[in-house]
Amino acid sequence: MDAEFLAQFALNALSLGSLYALMALGMAIVFGVLRLVNLAYGELLMVAGYTLFVLNDSPLPWLFVAGAAVLAASLASVLTERVAFRPVRVNSLNAMLITSFAVSTLLQNAALLLVSPRTRAVNVPGLLTQSLEIAGLRVSVANLITIGVSLSLLFGLNLLLRRTTLGLALRAAADDFPMTRMLGVRADRVIAAAFAISGVLAGVVGLFWIARVGSVVPTIGAGPLLIALIATVIGGMGGLAGAIAGGYVLGALTVGMQLLLPPGLIDYRDAFTFGIVILVLLVRPQGLIPGRQSARVG
Amino acid sequence: MLSVTNLEARYGAILALRDISLTVEEGELVALVGPNGAGKTTTLAVVAGLHRPSRGTVLFEGKSLAGRAPEDVARLGISMVPENRGVFPTLTVAENLRLGTYLRRDGQVARDLEQLQERFPVLGERAGQAAGTLSGGEQQQLAIARALISRPRLLMLDEPSLGLAPTLVDRVFELVAELHREGVTILLVEQNVRRTLEVADRAYLLQTGRVEASGRPAELRELVDIESVYLGGARRPGAQASEPAVGSR
Repeated sequence: MDAEFLAQFALNALSLGSLYALMALGMAIVFGVLRLVNLAYGELLMVAGYTLFVLNDSPLPWLFVAGAAVLAASLASVLTERVAFRPVRVNSLNAMLITSFAVSTLLQNAALLLVSPRTRAVNVPGLLTQSLEIAGLRVSVANLITIGVSLSLLFGLNLLLRRTTLGLALRAAADDFPMTRMLGVRADRVIAAAFAISGVLAGVVGLFWIARVGSVVPTIGAGPLLIALIATVIGGMGGLAGAIAGGYVLGALTVGMQLLLPPGLIDYRDAFTFGIVILVLLVRPQGLIPGRQSARVG
Repeated sequence: MLSVTNLEARYGAILALRDISLTVEEGELVALVGPNGAGKTTTLAVVAGLHRPSRGTVLFEGKSLAGRAPEDVARLGISMVPENRGVFPTLTVAENLRLGTYLRRDGQVARDLEQLQERFPVLGERAGQAAGTLSGGEQQQLAIARALISRPRLLMLDEPSLGLAPTLVDRVFELVAELHREGVTILLVEQNVRRTLEVADRAYLLQTGRVEASGRPAELRELVDIESVYLGGARRPGAQASEPAVGSR
């Protein structure tokens, strides 16, 4: 193993890990306040993808189109909370879980009916498919941008959570929601904010995810949902730090398997990756950074 | 100020409150005492908006609290320190206190925080520390301080002495008496009947979801053998429980 190989691994792992960390974080922030595993989370990426598709021929610069896609994902997230989750929130956690499954199916079918069940190409700026030579290392621009954007987002989100009143309320709600409400914090507002942030994260991940494949299909959310779920579980359900750690671990594992497995086994990469995940959970069922269990909002 | 009438509340099939009526006047320190499962905590939970009653009314300064969410009850000026203290363990002490000022829009928050740290020096010393790392007594101080900084019209304390060392129990009762002297209206739930009756203006003895007796501490002591209540509850022979509440109405 030489230095170049290691540098390549580190860069790819950091890039994929960042993406996975954002994905997991978007899932964990909703889980934190609502104890809901939002199975419709993947469809938020799909919404971002179809927004890109619809705006394929628009004369706007790509950055605006990307912004619109992120906004659409966030809006979809807030809207599903308002329309689907809020009315069943007082019933039970299971009711919300099933509702999220229904929302997922509904959104997929909407895309199926309104656009097409077939793959639709999406314009990706040329920059994202290029690569650079840095110190004899071939580095894809997409990887660098992914890392840059992800780290800035993580930094920004950290600032929001630590420095603003909304962030304070979000963290308090994850600790003890009923007590947070008894101090005057409106439950609906905190939950809506969590969904909005979750949607922004899903939208940004969606941009990079879709840029990698260059197209969008109604079922595009399934993969990211699974990754976000697994990353949050490895990280330890409940904590945001755990979700980020889980994302990076899963990213590094995936890239490691890609590089280390012999060519004949590369098709089974995910089987090996998830096999290791199972081993990790056997040893540490509570996850890397376990979260606390707290009362649910009723 | 607060008047609760014929309250009934359930948890599923279990009837937690059968028939609770009580009042708290401005500036009063009213205590709810009684054995485990009597309905003291549930009564507070209903007032705080955490639990919906199946029957009865709750009026606070003439406004009905029925169906109000906890955040709306808080907006009316009711502050609660729950039995588990409700301290946010991952937030710092300072952040916990800041959330106590969430509803305040006046410019005196900084001054009040300073005064609060004089009263609870340990909170100033530990300002940057995660609240989950505080000792039980320190967490109780933080919980009470956080409730006070909201400048509540009515302060509800649920078992503030629970799980504390004897010297800290003294400190908590001193603090409650001190707040009372300063004019804070307090509804106190306690299992430590003896100490509670020393500080309270009036008390209600709850048993299996009903008000068993009520009145001033001296009256209550005469009516019921308080200590035996916890061993199954015996009314003093010949004494008559008064209902509704004796005292300032």
